[in-house]
Amino acid sequence: MGMTVVQQILARASGRSDVAVGDVVEPAVDLAMSHENAALVINQFREIFRDTGLEARPWDPSRIAIIFDHRVPAESPKTATNQKKVREFVAAHGITRFHDIRGDRGGICHQILPENGYVRPGAVVVGTDSHTTSHGALGAFAFGIGATEMASVWALGYAVNVEVPATIRVNVNGALPPMVGPKDLILHLVGVLGAAGATFRVLEFHGDTIRTMPTSGRLTLCNMAVEAGATSGIVPADAETLRYLKEDAGVVEAVHTTPLDPDAEYERTVDVDVAALAPQIACPHTVDNVRPVGDVAGRHVDQIVIGSCTNGRLDDLAVAARILKGRKVAASTRMLVFPASGRIYREALAAGYVADLVEAGAVVMNAGCGPCLGVHEGALGDGEVALSTTNRNFKGRMGNPTADVYLCSPAVAAASAVTGVITDPRREGQP
Amino acid sequence: MSAASVVLVLGDDVSTDVIYPGRYMATVLPSETPQYAFADLAAFNARLKAGAVPAGSVIVAGKNFGCGSSREQAVSTLKGHELVVVAESFARIFLQNAINLGLRLVEAPGVAAAEGDGLAIGVAEVMNLTNGRRYPVRPLPAARQAILDAGGLIAFTRHRLTAPAASR
Repeated sequence: MGMTVVQQILARASGRSDVAVGDVVEPAVDLAMSHENAALVINQFREIFRDTGLEARPWDPSRIAIIFDHRVPAESPKTATNQKKVREFVAAHGITRFHDIRGDRGGICHQILPENGYVRPGAVVVGTDSHTTSHGALGAFAFGIGATEMASVWALGYAVNVEVPATIRVNVNGALPPMVGPKDLILHLVGVLGAAGATFRVLEFHGDTIRTMPTSGRLTLCNMAVEAGATSGIVPADAETLRYLKEDAGVVEAVHTTPLDPDAEYERTVDVDVAALAPQIACPHTVDNVRPVGDVAGRHVDQIVIGSCTNGRLDDLAVAARILKGRKVAASTRMLVFPASGRIYREALAAGYVADLVEAGAVVMNAGCGPCLGVHEGALGDGEVALSTTNRNFKGRMGNPTADVYLCSPAVAAASAVTGVITDPRREGQP
Repeated sequence: MSAASVVLVLGDDVSTDVIYPGRYMATVLPSETPQYAFADLAAFNARLKAGAVPAGSVIVAGKNFGCGSSREQAVSTLKGHELVVVAESFARIFLQNAINLGLRLVEAPGVAAAEGDGLAIGVAEVMNLTNGRRYPVRPLPAARQAILDAGGLIAFTRHRLTAPAASR
């Protein structure tokens, strides 16, 4: 019987020769990632061991990664105390894949994992963050879980209740037009599938457009697979994956990829031709409320945000810097930029992107999740409108339930910064 | 079969940002999260905090309830008030978190109700006692039911650790 990439991964990790859709398996976990919510994982982990007479030690500290990104630097004594507690746990258990609040090795978990080579093709990756789907970009099966489930993984080394998901094959072909990128593709796809259209399913990406897309763009695609409800997104590992791991992530040991099974069975196939794709925008208050940007062009914007685990990578900042170099952010708006990691921040400094953006009037902040989840930094006023390259526009998402959040690509965000209104980047300078 | 009163009716795609806004995420303890349930629905939040919503009261919602973040606070905040959610469907992570923490969810495609309606919630169907309509319940897969039956994932995992015969 043929198996999809995810079925092959789950079979291997569960010690079985094959698995079928709907089987419940208990796959060994290769990497278990948490951010600040490790504070809650630690509580639940200790609770599991309470009154057992067993010592509360994680099964394998080398497979645990903890990255502070959601509230960095801490916005409150409460967060700072949670972070302190996590640091103590990290030290006590010798967790080395720990990324504290630092300019050199800190950043957003969904960038830190790939850029440090922590994720390999064929791995099972779980994370206490819904955007853990991102890591499918490297050919891993990566999915989000809650804090209690992570505590269970820390105790057992495997996930106890994984239903083998059906897979939707997404074939993407055609050359992306100028000013149209991976973000436009995934917004379009979420619009087509709907917010729950892929629930309990995997999106497996194929086609010429994907094969020629750099890993950074694949991370953007897989990142937002969850916005269609998907358990995970995955790009089968290929030459680009091996190149990324070797050249960008510094992996020296041999990396193995799993051959595709030509008899794999898909629940259905979705074909997308991007040659004529327009820049896309997700309108308030659901991510599947997607239209071509022209439909809402001209709408006033109070705050523009470029960054996040979706679009805070070097090529995203390059697009923004190219559009804003020598120009000014409109006086009627404000612009915040959050690089996805300290390394990207330094690369953007070296390339001159940070200077271009700051001279244009943008505020470049430290790497982190920033205002995406409405915790701190860049709060919106009552009734204000944000245009953001992040991944969610739910009511209240950026901290103010009376605000409107639109989601777009870095090109749309930067072109709109110049005009102060939602702007099609193919017609830069005019709303 | 249990009968309970509908205290809140919501539509499709209720996100975890609505159930438990991100600005309260630094609060993690299940003993502390209930105060922020539906914090941006001020009137309902006030009723919860005033103790005006009895345990076992029902939220009725459409498709994809709990979409978005993996934050477990979105479950512990509802569990703290012992609310029951009856929805047409749930988002995956929220559903799993609810099973892990023992929050009662009922998936009933097509379910419809108004605030104040009485619902009789059975294993196989939900009946709206106010208008007599019946909605079949989609059962939980056995593996998830096993976690619920163990009393949640903490007890389930503890059993795995302490009873070698129970290992996978």
